[in-house]
Amino acid sequence: MPQVSAAAPASGQPTLQEAFVAPGDASAIGLVLSQIQRRDDLSLLWVQDRKAMREMGRIYLPGLLEMTECPVIHVAAQDGREALWAMLEGLKCASLGAVIGEIQGDPRALDFTATRRLAVAAERYGVPAFLVRVNGQPNLSGARRRWRVESRPSLSHLYDAKAPGAPVWSLDLFRARDMPPRRWEVSYDRAAHRLDLVPATGDGQVEEDFRRAG
Amino acid sequence: MDRWRKISGAPDDGVPFALISDNAHGSVIDAVSRAAREAGARCGQRLTDARAICPTLAVEPSDQAGDKAWLERLTGWTRRWGPWTATDGRDGLLVDTTGVAHCFGGEDAMLADMQERYAALGFAARTAMAPTIGAAWALARYGGKGANVDEAGLRSALASLPVESLRIDADAAMLLRRVGLKSIGALADMPTLALARRFRSLGFARTFTRRKTDASANPLHRLQQALGQIAEPVEPLAERTIYRARSRMLEPIRHTAVLEPVLIDLARDLCEQLFADQQGLRRVRFEAFRVDGHTQALHAGTTAPVRDPDHIVRLFGEDLEQLEAGFGFDAFALTALLHETMAARQSGLDEEPPEGIAVSELVDRLCARIGPDKVHQPLPRASHVPERAVEWRPAMQGMDADPQVPVLPERPLRLFDRPEPVTVIYATPEGPPRRFRWRRVLHDVVKVEGPERIAPEWWRERSNVRLRDYYKVEDQAGRRFWLYRGGVIDDGRGGPPQWFMHGLFA
Repeated sequence: MPQVSAAAPASGQPTLQEAFVAPGDASAIGLVLSQIQRRDDLSLLWVQDRKAMREMGRIYLPGLLEMTECPVIHVAAQDGREALWAMLEGLKCASLGAVIGEIQGDPRALDFTATRRLAVAAERYGVPAFLVRVNGQPNLSGARRRWRVESRPSLSHLYDAKAPGAPVWSLDLFRARDMPPRRWEVSYDRAAHRLDLVPATGDGQVEEDFRRAG
Repeated sequence: MDRWRKISGAPDDGVPFALISDNAHGSVIDAVSRAAREAGARCGQRLTDARAICPTLAVEPSDQAGDKAWLERLTGWTRRWGPWTATDGRDGLLVDTTGVAHCFGGEDAMLADMQERYAALGFAARTAMAPTIGAAWALARYGGKGANVDEAGLRSALASLPVESLRIDADAAMLLRRVGLKSIGALADMPTLALARRFRSLGFARTFTRRKTDASANPLHRLQQALGQIAEPVEPLAERTIYRARSRMLEPIRHTAVLEPVLIDLARDLCEQLFADQQGLRRVRFEAFRVDGHTQALHAGTTAPVRDPDHIVRLFGEDLEQLEAGFGFDAFALTALLHETMAARQSGLDEEPPEGIAVSELVDRLCARIGPDKVHQPLPRASHVPERAVEWRPAMQGMDADPQVPVLPERPLRLFDRPEPVTVIYATPEGPPRRFRWRRVLHDVVKVEGPERIAPEWWRERSNVRLRDYYKVEDQAGRRFWLYRGGVIDDGRGGPPQWFMHGLFA
């Protein structure tokens, strides 16, 4: 299976990426975590504003540990303004693995200037930044890559046909500085910690063979 | 008494004489001469009672503050025998003699040396050496002269001493005497449990009325301290430096905007003081004194010792604007409330500082601005109840870089603080859901995994908490949820089972 090169541009500069997602859909969180190295001594700074925490729930460590083993600093911000400030402070700390912010809706503080400031800080200090927008409008933004993420029906479970299998996400890169917009359907391979492309028209047998082969 | 005699070139021991102090109930005797003691006067006695026994008693007011200061100076002098010395109460000195006795030719020789030198100073000293503070205290005051007991002889040496020698207050001693326990030996022979039961309530009552501290009212605690069953540290007499930077203004400052340069100067000054002593601060207070007699203070804390002026200034950051200048500030002070040793560090071979800030500085700033109760590090905890499996440790308490990873079945990425109720359509009451409504949106269940049954922790929770059957479900759009059913039908813990949304999978 080919690795999604677009989704893992880690060879380039760490920068600000923005992911839009509907409330109650954690696929964007999965995308963000799949972009961060799993085993690392570097801490993650995870900023959630109060509304996002209500819509999407609080981060849950036992679940996170399946995708990343980095220590996490969690900040429960009051509103979008405070969350953006915390993210900007975090980006100045070059010894962080990544800064992840979750903001619900379109707070006034979240404008082009604020996102541009985040992007510049991320590039200057070399800390990847992710802005997860829950229920937000894709207005003008300084983010270098902007995604729309949605859940798709999962792959079939290897041993239980009725159970959900490996998660599948539809990634819509609708704006990027260094590549043309594209769409992918990817599934997350937990063992290898990578994203695999999923054929749009599922060939059940082929898919099964690939998965068995590992 | 001896100090007074030295100072005032005193009458000899033959005259009955006492030093007194005044308290709420009249004059009380603090110290007596030998003749007065023979005549019947005692320490702690009222002066009128003593006069009734010994009409010729001469008195002078005592100088307790002077005694205390003198005792502290004497403690310093006592360091000649051991570096770890402390004052003990109003009239005692403690020396930790671990590993120093051989310098003076053995323990007995050392005790004799102490006696001799104090006598040369003009003091009557009673010395004793024992493996515990409590035992040494008892032997020095109630035992023979120059007693020296070791670990083995401790119990027998203490056995014959009166219960007062246990450093307990008069009420507790009286109580023990009333129940017939007059010596430490008798007390030590009692079953520990019985004593604990009897004196626990006494200790509680005392702390409740705030008359005495717990320790002096609890003979059992004191007994165990004396016998070495409870550790008791020596708190040595050491200087405590206060790191504080001050500045005064010629003209009162009325605008908070110009406070920052003042704070920077203060922080530089403070950091120089800290650097000289290789210290770093953990908590700091900025005080601004107003012309009209008001004081305004700001506090800030750090996760690791800090000696960087810029960082200290940043911690106060925007809080400076919250100060109310009123008629203006004319003086400022920056005090290190808590400081720790911090050795000088070289960050690298080249002198260029690394770009950006450290994680601990980041945590300090986040805590200063957003609040220390909002910044946490989640750590795994041993519990199978989902919401209890995470410990939210305040990040101010320091980061744990390598959390232990527990082995758990698959868990969601997200957990709601409060499980949200959902309405569910199911085929069988014990089975998985077919369709559910959450936040007014209908979801058709396509795939299900479960149930995973999680029973309540009965040792922690009430008896009517219901077990939970967790299902991982996927709806028609592919979103994955973590639902649970609270309880089963007829489990006797409430009505029909209810369904809740608890988490989200990626």
